[in-house]
Amino acid sequence: MKQQLSQEQKKYLTYLKEKEPKTPILKSLIMAFLIGGLICIIAQAIHDGIILLFPALYETQVNTYMLIVLIFITIFLTGIGVWDEVGYLGGAGTFLPISGFANAIASPAIEFKKEGIIFGTCVKMFVVAGPIIVTAVVISVVTGLIYTIF
Amino acid sequence: MKEKVKKEQTVIFQNPPRVLGYYSLVGQKEGEGNFSKYFNQILKDDKFGESSFEKAERKILETIVFEAIKKAELEPSDIDLFLSGDLLNQIITSSFTARDFNTTFIGLYGACSTMAESLALASCLIDGNYFTKIACATCSHFSTAERQYRNPLELANQRPPVSQWTVTGGGCTVLGNMGKGHKITNATFGKVIDYGVKDANNMGAAMAPAACHTLLAHFKNTKTKPSDYDQIFTGDLGKLGSHILVDLLKQEGYELGENYTDCGQAIYKTTQQAYQGGSGCGCSASILNSYIFKKLSEGYFKKILFVATGALLSTTTTQQGESIPSIAHAVTIERGE
Repeated sequence: MKQQLSQEQKKYLTYLKEKEPKTPILKSLIMAFLIGGLICIIAQAIHDGIILLFPALYETQVNTYMLIVLIFITIFLTGIGVWDEVGYLGGAGTFLPISGFANAIASPAIEFKKEGIIFGTCVKMFVVAGPIIVTAVVISVVTGLIYTIF
Repeated sequence: MKEKVKKEQTVIFQNPPRVLGYYSLVGQKEGEGNFSKYFNQILKDDKFGESSFEKAERKILETIVFEAIKKAELEPSDIDLFLSGDLLNQIITSSFTARDFNTTFIGLYGACSTMAESLALASCLIDGNYFTKIACATCSHFSTAERQYRNPLELANQRPPVSQWTVTGGGCTVLGNMGKGHKITNATFGKVIDYGVKDANNMGAAMAPAACHTLLAHFKNTKTKPSDYDQIFTGDLGKLGSHILVDLLKQEGYELGENYTDCGQAIYKTTQQAYQGGSGCGCSASILNSYIFKKLSEGYFKKILFVATGALLSTTTTQQGESIPSIAHAVTIERGE
C-alpha cells in the first residue's frame, strides 16, 4: 500500500527541507581529500619501504604486501577504538581506500562477538561490507562476460 | 467514590498521586554535560563492570529502581506495581529487571516517551485506587541502541548533521497515594501522529508535530496557556525539533518563550560532539528525576509541564521505506508542600 501524503504533511515536509541543517559539503570534500590523500601517502611510504627492505620482490608482490600492512594497521586501530575518529574527520576519504573496507569488516566482527563466534562474529561480519562484495562479484561477472564476447 | 474527570485526551486527577522518591543515573558523557551536578550517580565506565552493554543497561535499570525505592524509604516488597519500558527489542531490559523484582509488572513501549507514559498511567492507576505505590522507570544506553538501530560502534562513518546522540542513563520515580511530595495533577495522553518524515536520523523533525498535537490538546483541555507553567520540558526533540515545535505552536497561536526547555538539546554542552542533542528514553527520564524534581523541591519551579516524545520506528520499517509515526504524552507536575 502506498502512503498518500495529505496537504498538511506536504506543507510540513517542504517547511522541513528549508529548516534542516545541511551537510557542509565543501568542508567535507576538503577533509576527505586531505585524510584520503594522507592514507594514500602512508600506503605509498609502506610500498617504498618494502622495496627498500626486500629489493628482490616483484612489483605485484610489493603491492600485495603493502595492502596487507595497510589492512593490518586499520584493523588494529579499529580494535583500539581510534579509527572511528579518523572516519569522523575524513568521511569518504577514509572509506574509499582499502582501509575503509577493512574497518567495515572488523567493526561488526568486534561488535557482535558477544553473540558467539558463529552467529555473532561470522554471521554479522559482513553486515556493512556485504553489499560491496556482492557488487564487486556482479560487476566482475558482467565485465568477464563482455570481455569474453568481444 | 468521586466522579473521575476526563476531557478528551486529558485526565484530571481527583487525588493527585505524589512523588515518594526518585533516582537518576547517567553515563560518563552525560555526566560531563550541563546537568552533571544534579544526577544522583554518574558512571565512570559505560559497561558498569558487566560483560556486555545489554547487561550494563539492565544493571542501570536495576540500580535506579532499587535506589529510588530506598529514597522513598520503602522496601521493594512495598511496591505493588512496576511500570517500565526501554528501547531494546522485546523491551528486554525492563522484563529482565522485573524477573528479579517480586512484584506485578507491566511492560511499556513508547520509545523515548516512556517516562511520561509510565507516569501518566501510574497516576491513573493510583488515582483510581487500584494501586498504592508504583515504580515508574526507564533507561537507555548509547551502545545498545547504536547496535540495534544503526551501525557498529567502531565503524568509521560520519553522521548526518540532523542526527542525535542516544543518552546512556535512566531515571526512576516512585509514585504513591500518600505523603507530601510533588503531585501529578493531570496527564494528557497523545495520539500517534505521522507527518511523513522518512529519515530515521531526523527523529526530532518526526516527533515535533506529535509534541505540538499533544500540547495543543493539553492547553485546550486544561484551559491553560504556556505562560501558566514555570517551565515546559519536552523530551528529546533536539535543537532542530524544538525549533520546529516553537514554529508549529506559533502558527496555532501559542508562544513558547523563555520557559521552554528541550531535555535533548540541553543535556550536552555545545562543545560535546552530539549533533542536534540527546535522545533516548534515558534523556528525559534522567533530567526529570534529577534537575526537574530537585528544582521543584527548591521552590525554583512551582508548576511544570513534562512532555516526553517518542519516535515509534523500527529498523525494519525504515528499511521498507515507511515514514516515522510519533507520539507524545504530557504530565503536569506541581510542587508538594
